Amino acid sequence: MSPTPSAPLHLAVALDGTGWHPASWREPVSRPGDLFTAGYWADLVAEAERGLLDLVTVEDGLGPQSSHLLDPDERTDQVRGRLDAVLIAARVAPLTRHIGLVPTVVATHTEPFHISKAIATLDHVSSGRAGLRVQISARPNEAAHFGRRVVPRIDAYDSPAAQEVLTDLFDEAADHVEVVRRLWDSWEDDAEIRDVATGRFIDRDKLHYIDFQGRFFSVRGPSITPRPPQGQPIVSALAHRTVPYRLVARQADLGYVIPHDAGQARAIVAEVRAEQQAAGRAEEFLHLFGDLVVFLDDDPAEAAARRDRLDTLAGQPYISDARIFTGTPAQLADLLEDLRAGGLTGFRLRPAVLGHDLPAITRGLVPELQRRGVFRHAYEADTLRGLLGLPRPAHRYTTATA
Amino acid sequence: MSKPLKQIHLAAHFPGVNNTTVWSDPRAGSHIEFSSFVRFAQTAERAKFDFLFLAEGLRLREQGGSIYDLDVVGRPDTFTVLAALAAVTDRLGLTGTINSTFNEPYEVARQFASLDHLSGGRAAWNVVTSWDAFTGENFRRGGFLPQGERYSRAREFLATANELFDSWHGDEIIADRAAGAFLRDAEAGAFVHQGQHFDIHGRFNVPRSPQGRPVVFQAGDSDEGREFAAADADAIFSRYSGLEEGRAFYTDVKSRLARYGRRHDQLLILPAATFVLGDTDTEARELAHEVRRQQVSGATALKHLEFVWNRDLSAYDPDGPLPEIDPDVSEEHIARGRAQVRMYRDPLATARAWRELAAAHHWSIRDLVIETGNRQAFVGTPDTVARTIDDFVQSDASDGFILVPHITPGGLDEFADKVVPLLQERGVFRTEYEGTTLRDHLGLAHPDDARDERAAS
Ligand SMILES: Cc1cc2nc3c(=O)[nH]c(=O)nc-3n(C[C@H](O)[C@H](O)[C@H](O)COP(=O)(O)O)c2cc1C
Repeated sequence: MSPTPSAPLHLAVALDGTGWHPASWREPVSRPGDLFTAGYWADLVAEAERGLLDLVTVEDGLGPQSSHLLDPDERTDQVRGRLDAVLIAARVAPLTRHIGLVPTVVATHTEPFHISKAIATLDHVSSGRAGLRVQISARPNEAAHFGRRVVPRIDAYDSPAAQEVLTDLFDEAADHVEVVRRLWDSWEDDAEIRDVATGRFIDRDKLHYIDFQGRFFSVRGPSITPRPPQGQPIVSALAHRTVPYRLVARQADLGYVIPHDAGQARAIVAEVRAEQQAAGRAEEFLHLFGDLVVFLDDDPAEAAARRDRLDTLAGQPYISDARIFTGTPAQLADLLEDLRAGGLTGFRLRPAVLGHDLPAITRGLVPELQRRGVFRHAYEADTLRGLLGLPRPAHRYTTATA
Repeated sequence: MSKPLKQIHLAAHFPGVNNTTVWSDPRAGSHIEFSSFVRFAQTAERAKFDFLFLAEGLRLREQGGSIYDLDVVGRPDTFTVLAALAAVTDRLGLTGTINSTFNEPYEVARQFASLDHLSGGRAAWNVVTSWDAFTGENFRRGGFLPQGERYSRAREFLATANELFDSWHGDEIIADRAAGAFLRDAEAGAFVHQGQHFDIHGRFNVPRSPQGRPVVFQAGDSDEGREFAAADADAIFSRYSGLEEGRAFYTDVKSRLARYGRRHDQLLILPAATFVLGDTDTEARELAHEVRRQQVSGATALKHLEFVWNRDLSAYDPDGPLPEIDPDVSEEHIARGRAQVRMYRDPLATARAWRELAAAHHWSIRDLVIETGNRQAFVGTPDTVARTIDDFVQSDASDGFILVPHITPGGLDEFADKVVPLLQERGVFRTEYEGTTLRDHLGLAHPDDARDERAAS
């Protein structure tokens, strides 16, 4: 479904280490020594919440970060090591009130049963602010950390063989999300009855076996965790091309895409909407956020100089799948409005240096967007679904008893 | 000279899915809402307890082919709720039961190392093996491992997790901005493990956590389980809260330590224990009886009897005599997904003994279950209970207790307010936390110190 023209713009920030530029940890504002403390993450999320952002995502992976797409590296000049994203989100949940918490989970190597109860619990501990960002892993080294399967090596990304491997991994991820979602629905909202007269704590007719049988695994259910406050926490995924667009179209509430200009934005949105139609979900609201890396300063030259300085420290120019923006908050606001005209409903910004660019977003960009009347002045809802304008979904298993 | 007094370790088991919870009590709150966990954890911390404990079950229990509906059903995810609790507590240890059959070492090690970082060194892992293929139907790996193999996987799982924890030594992150060196060592986290259950290699991506490794608990009771504990655990969560059985268990398990080159004080024995307090001992006993009647309804009594009989007994009158037919001793059991199934190893003998007991005392089915079931371990005035706990610990029936109140979440308050001060007066329980990590509270060496000690000797 397409957004209405007057709809507000949504804003997310992607948290990763000290920021998305690999040399960001060397900036004086960065706190690389605190990366593995709760306080570091609590401060970042509090800053994002001060800026009234819809949500933060927390990057994760089942292996060390690498400068190569699919292989590990041996570098010591960049941040390596990270904490589990779901645990980070849970750790900051009681310290925040409004902002959505969306950790990354890797479908390829984790159990959907575990993921389902973890995100349901994140929703319980945050009173309805949980989501997840589902990701596949095509990295042979990460498969070797689990030893359960071999992920075939992808050489040329566009080769038919590679496409086959990726299609399987994304199909498996779609099944993973399907299981996670069914488990969230495996308890009806009013299953707990505490009927003292009959001595029954639950009405077991309101619990449902999910009986998922797929190509990659089968899961019986029900969940051990009652239905989360949002009913269905937000499912999101980053998508770069048709195969992942299909995952977004089939299973997500929110997709992150990477348009470099308004024309591309329009084309991507059209393609995802067509996939959505093909998946039989045309009537469901699906948010599409544009991803951008941002260097934000009051003076555009300063932002460009900062990027150059960091590139020099890194020994090579920073490249990204997403468009890299350098400039002022007002220029970024212009760009967001332009891209948004292509049909996007919001943006996920990747701060180049968290210590610098996150406050520049919350204290520079946000007031600018507010002045333009396109961003909220106060949180208008208590749940992430509420902030994203999504209804609480009905339960998929109906009880036959009258 | 008399022996110095042993210091007691106390922990609180959040009363979720189990047959002690009295959910029908008007004071009973939610066992899912986070506010219940906060209240419970903050009471435990106010009382200076060592840690909070969560059990785990990965499939809803069933009996006679339907989901068991008479006890509390449902619980949150262990890691997620413990990480959130780390935000609302400061010193309390956070112990999670995580089984080794339906998880993978790389993931679990990451989660525990992350929890240890995010809590400032308060994580502990109760390694259980879980029991059956029934649970396996919720997981990709499916299936079930026979008893012997479950423990061999558990031991290798823990050994592998330890290799991952130890793959970082703690000095790798230098974050030297000027030199541009984040890591001292390109190989930080490198590991290779090749074994019967796991064949994995690569790099672990969580740096060494404050405790080095989480504290490790074990909770199985078989010979294999006890050996596993003697070899590899820091503490045992046991079921023997009685004095004589407690002592027997204590002696048995501690005597196994020498075989692994470990000292007597390197493994703590912490049984689960319930309690009921009253203004007089008589009042407490009456209250305990009432609690038992709330815990064991007629329907619950029949279900409990079905564990032994392994038959549908729903046609029987819980206020009538025990069934005359014998238990069904076939392989397939009527109850699935619960620990008690394994408690009665000889059902025919148990049935015979119970019939004799019931006849001798003129007990109905419900009376019998109330009288023979899990009894409250500590019943009496706060003074009686404090004295009894102290006696148990000083006479080596345990090193402390993991208390399971029957009310969520307020069931710990009375113990914290009335019994803890008496234990403190006796000089057997801390009045302030002396350290910040769970290892500090439990008096366990940091694994790096243990390593140094071994290297030096
Ligand atoms: C006191 C006690 C508590 C236990 N708690 C759990 C639990 O919370 N979750 C679980 O999966 N298994 C639990 N177990 C089961 C054990 O980990 C173990 O798998 C089971 O007892 C079978 O092993 P065994 O034959 O050595 O007793 C518990 C066992 C005992 C004795």
